[in-house]
Amino acid sequence: MSRQSNRTTDSKKMNSELFTLTYGALVTQLCKDYENDEEVNKQLDKMGYNIGVRLIEDFLARSTIGRCQDFRETADVIAKVAFKMYLGITPSVTNWSPAGDEFSLILENNPLVDFVELPDNHNTLIYSNLLCGVLRGALEMVQMAVDVRFAQDTLRGDNVTEIRMKFIKRIEENLPAGDE
Amino acid sequence: MVAVVEDGWMKEEEKQGNRTFAELLSTKKMDTRFTRGKSSILERPLTRPKTEVSVSAFALLFSEMVQYCQSRVYSVSELQTRLADMGQSVGASMLDVLVLREKNGKRETKVLNMLLFIKVNVWKSLFGKEADKLEQANDDDKTYYIIEKEPLINAYISVPKENSSLNCAAFTAGIVEAILTHSGFPAKVTAHWHKGTTLMIKFNESVIARDKALDGR
Repeated sequence: MSRQSNRTTDSKKMNSELFTLTYGALVTQLCKDYENDEEVNKQLDKMGYNIGVRLIEDFLARSTIGRCQDFRETADVIAKVAFKMYLGITPSVTNWSPAGDEFSLILENNPLVDFVELPDNHNTLIYSNLLCGVLRGALEMVQMAVDVRFAQDTLRGDNVTEIRMKFIKRIEENLPAGDE
Repeated sequence: MVAVVEDGWMKEEEKQGNRTFAELLSTKKMDTRFTRGKSSILERPLTRPKTEVSVSAFALLFSEMVQYCQSRVYSVSELQTRLADMGQSVGASMLDVLVLREKNGKRETKVLNMLLFIKVNVWKSLFGKEADKLEQANDDDKTYYIIEKEPLINAYISVPKENSSLNCAAFTAGIVEAILTHSGFPAKVTAHWHKGTTLMIKFNESVIARDKALDGR
């Protein structure tokens, strides 16, 4: 009990500009290394996935949040706790599909794109695609398969940045036979 | 008579000028001309409320960067070069905004002031604190050291035994190198394991010669 109470949601914070520029340096490097934007998008998603897989552990340890009852709760936790904790922003959750298996995260300030402007020859680059990978990777580790993509992006002239998340299925854990 | 004509002409011109200027301000022309309507980046103020992200987020991102670089190189020195290259692009972007924000646009001309600018201003804005130490080599007036006992960059990195010379602060070295070079103090900056992490700054001969000449005046 005492150990529990020592834990806080406050992780160490740092200036977001170094983070933003470091991410920028990474994307720039990827654009140099790969021939087209699709490859860069894929690579960003992959790196994000790797981050998500590791991040979820850090998240569960710090947030002391238990299992979510439904996808709506998951959405709230992602927006109000996870984004706040790691990126210092709170996106709004909207545009639920009637079936309740799909929603949008609207980011008013995306810290990844501070200082960023897309050059004309990279119009298919999904600059912040890393975030999709992070969300997909992290949720996979809590047995949720989701589809995550950017629906709108201020970098491409849209008014808001919108991440669309769709619940695909619960991942059943394959326990070895006889293992309970 | 002549004066009257001139006056009228001037007024006409002024009106013209005013209209164009007002037009530029009020319509979206400014946007489209400079940013093609993609973003409002040029309209935002240089000084902003400080925004923060978590160190874990940065550590995870940096770790992916190191792994990515590692997958494309064959040696530790190549890896450090790649990290330094990425650092250079961070440093280059950071320099202008820092000079404007912290120094009112005034650039340093002396080596020592430049180094202090890095130790204090650059470090504070990047890492939230001043660098631990700034030293000059005893036997060489071209060489300086910035010493950081526990750099933020290396906080969550454990270096494998077989690559013990690897110091990911090569990234920071790249940042510092870009800032110095773009300020007119060309130098080579490398990261070493010494008293924590030491960034070794070796200035070009010309920089030191210029500094001495300035002193002599």
